[in-house]
Amino acid sequence: MSYFAGIDVGSLTAKAVIIDRDNKILGSHILGIGQDSLKAGMDAYGEALKKAGLKREDVTSIVSTGYSRKRFTEAAMQKTEISCHARGIAAVFPSVRTLLDVGGQDSKSMKVGGEGRVLDFAMNDKCAAGTGRFVDVMAAALSLTLDGLSDAALSFKEELSLSSTCTVFGESEVVSLLSQGQSVPDIAWAIVKSIADRLVSLVKRVGIEQDIAMSGGMAKNRALVARLEDRIGFDILVPPEPQLMGAFGAAIIAKGR
Amino acid sequence: MTRFRVSETMKELMASYYLEAKNAAYNNTPVAWITSGGPVEFLYAMGVIPVYPENYAPMCAITRVSKDLIEVSEAAGYSPDLCSYAKTDIGADMTQGGPIMGLPKPDMLIVGTNICHTVVKWFDVHARKYNVPLFVIDMPYLHDDMTEDAIGYVVRQFGAFKGFLSAVLKRPFNEDRFRETLFLAAQVSDLWEKVLSMGKKKPSPLNSFDTFIHLAPIVTLRGTQRAVDYYTQFYAELEELVAQGFGSVPDEGIRLLWDNLPIWYKIKYLSEFFAKHRAAFVVSTYTNSWAAIQGNINTDHALEELARAYLSPYINRGFRYRIDYLVRLIEEFSLDGVVFHSDRSCKPYSIGQYIVKEEVTKRTGKPGLIIEADMNDPRAFSDAQFETRAEAFLEGFER
Repeated sequence: MSYFAGIDVGSLTAKAVIIDRDNKILGSHILGIGQDSLKAGMDAYGEALKKAGLKREDVTSIVSTGYSRKRFTEAAMQKTEISCHARGIAAVFPSVRTLLDVGGQDSKSMKVGGEGRVLDFAMNDKCAAGTGRFVDVMAAALSLTLDGLSDAALSFKEELSLSSTCTVFGESEVVSLLSQGQSVPDIAWAIVKSIADRLVSLVKRVGIEQDIAMSGGMAKNRALVARLEDRIGFDILVPPEPQLMGAFGAAIIAKGR
Repeated sequence: MTRFRVSETMKELMASYYLEAKNAAYNNTPVAWITSGGPVEFLYAMGVIPVYPENYAPMCAITRVSKDLIEVSEAAGYSPDLCSYAKTDIGADMTQGGPIMGLPKPDMLIVGTNICHTVVKWFDVHARKYNVPLFVIDMPYLHDDMTEDAIGYVVRQFGAFKGFLSAVLKRPFNEDRFRETLFLAAQVSDLWEKVLSMGKKKPSPLNSFDTFIHLAPIVTLRGTQRAVDYYTQFYAELEELVAQGFGSVPDEGIRLLWDNLPIWYKIKYLSEFFAKHRAAFVVSTYTNSWAAIQGNINTDHALEELARAYLSPYINRGFRYRIDYLVRLIEEFSLDGVVFHSDRSCKPYSIGQYIVKEEVTKRTGKPGLIIEADMNDPRAFSDAQFETRAEAFLEGFER
């Protein structure tokens, strides 16, 4: 039996996935980056192997992706996370034509063709507004976890809005809303609306075509997905492990070699 | 970047041009600072040495001093949002910095608004500092087609420009030398177009990173015999290379167009990056702009033809023109895709690129990539961000 690995080392987390010939995920792991992205990637890979009950020599080929992709000399090939997320999502939902991947540092919208081929893409530039980092900072300002922020937002009562899309100014705005006595759920919902607005314009840049899917860590935020569905007027497909789509796609590319 | 035999010739040519300009005051030769789209033919006709802040600014970027000079301007109060050429130039002028320690002092300043309107205020700053006359030639933006009104408007200003030069230099405008200069300028623009059309060859003997560098003589020396000689030599060398089947990017695989100004401080890195991926920029809207400055001067309407030429550059044209033009270049140069540099400093070039990209892809099926950066300010470029975007774009051509 042959096995294939994808290692996705992004700006905040390292992800590793081991698959077999049938794209079945045998093991996976997600780790915070810490100070050493190479070590984080290798550790995530080691843990994924352990969960799969495999050893390094059992793996036929590795593809690395994410910002630190070039540090993995052991990998047979490096691919950008854009190509990998599209390949991963196409394996889960072959009907997807538009993909929104919201990671820690980048948000990307992609127009996806057959077999997960990227036909066009758009990305945020020079600014962390509309990324996972934005929500991370806002959740911290509200003393919430990421899941906690999503849950709180879903129980909002009053429509507030954040005027700033900048992460730094947004944070001070959240602090001042708190000091005005606004409720945490209302502020959480305002944060979700703010990031959703940015993402809607990003996805419109490549054009919205059904089916639409979302990957990356932010796809786990139910409030955000609900708001996005509302704004674009279509359902959004979310895979079971959206954060692993990059590593999963990388493993599929490794298999195709 | 390709090493041509003429590369050494160009270095000598540019060195002697700048040496002459630096020594102009000792030789009692007047110096004019002029914008990149300004009508230089009038100056050469009157024995004035034209000097280009827009040529000196990239020289500062390539020699890695633009960031320091930009910081000097910003510390003096110029907005961070101001064009990085303007900030580099003003910083270089304040400190007499950069590779030739500042430009020679101007006797007059000439502005053409066919590239942007920042130049009006930017040169105004110099006019106040040096207390020298400033002449602005307003060349209206063509939202749609060329109009006779626009041509007439520019021609009347050309007439006034002759009067201005004659008054500042205290001698009559030299019509004979002007005709000679126009003839040489048309010749060199024609040669430049022939050089650029070599990009149609497969493989292409030159790429945009080469033409960005070899652009200097047509910008600065347009209207001189030296420039004609230089591009004659360059074209002959390219013909030889084509006969040998030489490709400037080894094993050329992907043929691309570069839109907008170069990213000067990253030119070597970008050249190596794309060459590594077997991608060649065989044409660029930027270098093509100087091939457009080419009127049919063998008529009684030389000024009309010249006005038409100066209104024509890509940056002075509306979106419909830009889309049609890119579609045509994709066909003529057998391109696989287009890379748009969204240049933070050059708004008139960058505005509308998303729409242009979308329309061009719709009409040709060829993908486009937008890279956000800045032509002269290295603070606006991130290697990792660029590589992720560019590699994802290039991965799209696989399979």
